[in-house]
Amino acid sequence: MEDANVSQQFPTTNWRLSTLANHLTGHSPAMASVNQNPALSPSPTAGSNGAAASVFASISQAPEDPILGVTVAYNKDPSPVKVNLGVGAYRTEEGRPLVLNVVRKAEQLLVNDPARVKEYLPITGLSDFNKLSAKLIFGAGSPAIQENRVATVQCLSGTGSLRVGGEFLARHYHERTIYIPQPTWGNHPKVFTLAGLAVKYYRYYDPATRGLNFHGLLEDLGSAPTGAIVLLHACAHNPTGVDPTLEQWEQIRQLMRSKELLPFFDSAYQGFASGSLDADAQSVRIFVADGGECLAAQSYAKNMGLYGERVGALSIVCKSSDVAVRVESQVKLVIRPMYSNPPIHGASIVATILKNSEMYNEWMVELKMMADRIISMRKQLFDTLHERGTPGDWSHIVKQIGMFTFTGLNSEQVAFMTREYHIYMTSDGRISMAGLSSKTVPHLADAIHAAVTRIN
Amino acid sequence: MASSMCQGIIRNSRRAAALGRFMSTASWWGHVEPAAKDPILGVTEAFLADASPDKVNVGVGAYRDNNGKPVVLECVREAEKRIAGNLNMEYLPMGGSIKMIEESLKLAYGDDSELIKEKRIAAVQALSGTGACRLFADFQKRFLPDSQIYIPIPTWANHHNIWRDAHVPQRTFRYYHPETKGLDFAAMLDDIKNAPNGSFFLLHACAHNPTGVDPSEDQWREISHLFKIKNHFPFFDMAYQGFASGDPERDAKAIRIFLEDGHMIGCAQSFAKNMGLYGQRVGCLSSFCEDDIQAVAVKSQLQQLARPMYSNPPIHGALVVSIILSDAELKSLWLKEVKAMADRIIGMRSALRENIENLGSNLSWEHITNQIGMFCYSGLTPEQVDRLTNDFHIYMTRNGRISMAGVTTGNLGYLAAAIHEVTKASSS
Repeated sequence: MEDANVSQQFPTTNWRLSTLANHLTGHSPAMASVNQNPALSPSPTAGSNGAAASVFASISQAPEDPILGVTVAYNKDPSPVKVNLGVGAYRTEEGRPLVLNVVRKAEQLLVNDPARVKEYLPITGLSDFNKLSAKLIFGAGSPAIQENRVATVQCLSGTGSLRVGGEFLARHYHERTIYIPQPTWGNHPKVFTLAGLAVKYYRYYDPATRGLNFHGLLEDLGSAPTGAIVLLHACAHNPTGVDPTLEQWEQIRQLMRSKELLPFFDSAYQGFASGSLDADAQSVRIFVADGGECLAAQSYAKNMGLYGERVGALSIVCKSSDVAVRVESQVKLVIRPMYSNPPIHGASIVATILKNSEMYNEWMVELKMMADRIISMRKQLFDTLHERGTPGDWSHIVKQIGMFTFTGLNSEQVAFMTREYHIYMTSDGRISMAGLSSKTVPHLADAIHAAVTRIN
Repeated sequence: MASSMCQGIIRNSRRAAALGRFMSTASWWGHVEPAAKDPILGVTEAFLADASPDKVNVGVGAYRDNNGKPVVLECVREAEKRIAGNLNMEYLPMGGSIKMIEESLKLAYGDDSELIKEKRIAAVQALSGTGACRLFADFQKRFLPDSQIYIPIPTWANHHNIWRDAHVPQRTFRYYHPETKGLDFAAMLDDIKNAPNGSFFLLHACAHNPTGVDPSEDQWREISHLFKIKNHFPFFDMAYQGFASGDPERDAKAIRIFLEDGHMIGCAQSFAKNMGLYGQRVGCLSSFCEDDIQAVAVKSQLQQLARPMYSNPPIHGALVVSIILSDAELKSLWLKEVKAMADRIIGMRSALRENIENLGSNLSWEHITNQIGMFCYSGLTPEQVDRLTNDFHIYMTRNGRISMAGVTTGNLGYLAAAIHEVTKASSS
């Protein structure tokens, strides 16, 4: 009885003792000779009972991801009025994830095609997908594409494209510092640090106006060392939703080119921000149009709803086609020891849609529908706060663009809203508009109203 | 209005470009050298470019049926039908699909494994075998920065790249014996003995790539025993479970021996070959810990390495694997199909050896049937390989590695004749 209790409390001890016992009854002559060899004393770390401790025994648990932690907390809450405004994935008016009709169609085509195989893609990924992705972001008529000056490789969504691009830069670019906006997506600093770059910040968001700190941005980029890398959110800045105007982009372009700063675009929301694929790519296109070089990371997670399939592309726009060929060959050396070649499924779906004009048009319609729903949520929230007479200027809700709104609420107010109104959002005041519906807007407005009137 | 403003701005940009204003005309990448071609993938490129009707590709390590065609398993097609239209494509957790991980661990360690029940295994979904090895290498670097990795001679070339890019210093241990075309067991044990206590070793669980030479069960037991004395860390790369002998349980024997002996192993699993899921990039990295708390900590840290690499792993292949392994009927179908693949390869080994011997070769070709898995280390020299390519349009890597999966009843005779032709001068 007692033994059973002991072995229940200390299952690992029991296991260790039994394996030690097995060990001591070694039977082969070779093993016997090994046992007698004085050069082979058990390692000091082997432990007094001969069983080895783990080499990872001192590892402590990593902190929870702050964004994903929001959903964890939301799931635990039993309240019927709870709202999840944490995660950055699109939700329908009914609060459900959405797989686009055109994606389902593409899926069916693929699954029903008996000729389809699952062979390894080349290291650079699906060739059609790469060409079509470059056309999507740079425009079909882009001289960079016509002149074969773009090296495009399929990567694992936006994250993978940024990481591969960062590693390439750390190996081959003369400046090892990347400037990223303050604030930015939480994963950006980690991606670039692990890629081997030093991370610095440039001013971006102005809490006073809840808009762009343009003056600060120009100053900080202006004082960056010549040649430094600059991360730019192509549209729908995450987490603030604050984008430069086109005129501001042009000024940024001129400043950056005059200081030979290297642009690295993160394009995670093309088409998803304004509803227009071309409009959302303008920032990237004005840089490419001036003939200079840049990098662009594209993600299909949001605009095609392919989140978990991990579909994206990294493009490096070079001065000449000869350079682009060599650059591509070096990017392959980054990819091969990371994961050899990219996953085929999601890229096949994208290529199927982009190369078929009917499906492409269907996609544009569904994309605009998602963008429009979000824009209408912004308007509804703004109107409702206005009606309530909630103190403060809430126009940033309709001025900001894309999936996220930086409300300007502080962490105390956020905690209050979670506690009293079961609103789940990140403590920096960011809300995902995609998580709202006409039904839940009034509740959110109530919560915001209460928060700003009761808590300073 | 906005669009004409865009056009205006773009016109200005182009004008600026034409005038060479604001920036230099030189590329930032002018100094970038063209990278060396991947030796393995370069073989297929050359094969594709060859117009000869007799050409044979025994270079790439992907399974082909007896018609030389790639295969999608029936169980995979069925699993995909169940996925399409039914499941959404939301992000997986950073550590990947819990279901897939559960099934992978059962496959590797046994359905009833006590170790799984004790929750002592930290495991994450990874980007096939490469991704699993890379995550482990990065993890090793981060938490044991002074450690090194011992890699067998020879090994899959990308192993060296993986640990190098993770900045983990590499050593080698002797493995293949060119004279016998088998295992150099004495030298291997010697190198294991002479490595400092607590060294990390990369071991191929079965069907060693590129040699096809595996230790016997007894030899594995001795290796495990020696590892215990030296307190070495065994990291298994298992890319061919089921694919080597046709029986997944048998192919996992080395791992089971080590676990019985109490080693806390690490393991990279791949479903590229045994489920034919190559391009889906599905795999699993697992690492044994002292207890469940440690396993949670280790898993959380592995996730921290995955997050800045790709955030979370791809869902499609994971769904295919978990549907197949968790459905009794589909799993049974899979076991049949993987056995069929392994059997075809084993059959081709016998046939190739027989054919060459029947042509009157004086050399020993028993290594063709002694070796196991997808690859045969033929013993052909680089010069002989070049002759095979230039004179006979037969493509393989210059280390003499033949992918048996590329051998069919159709090209068997031709291949045997060509091998005999280029080697008969060297018979003593």
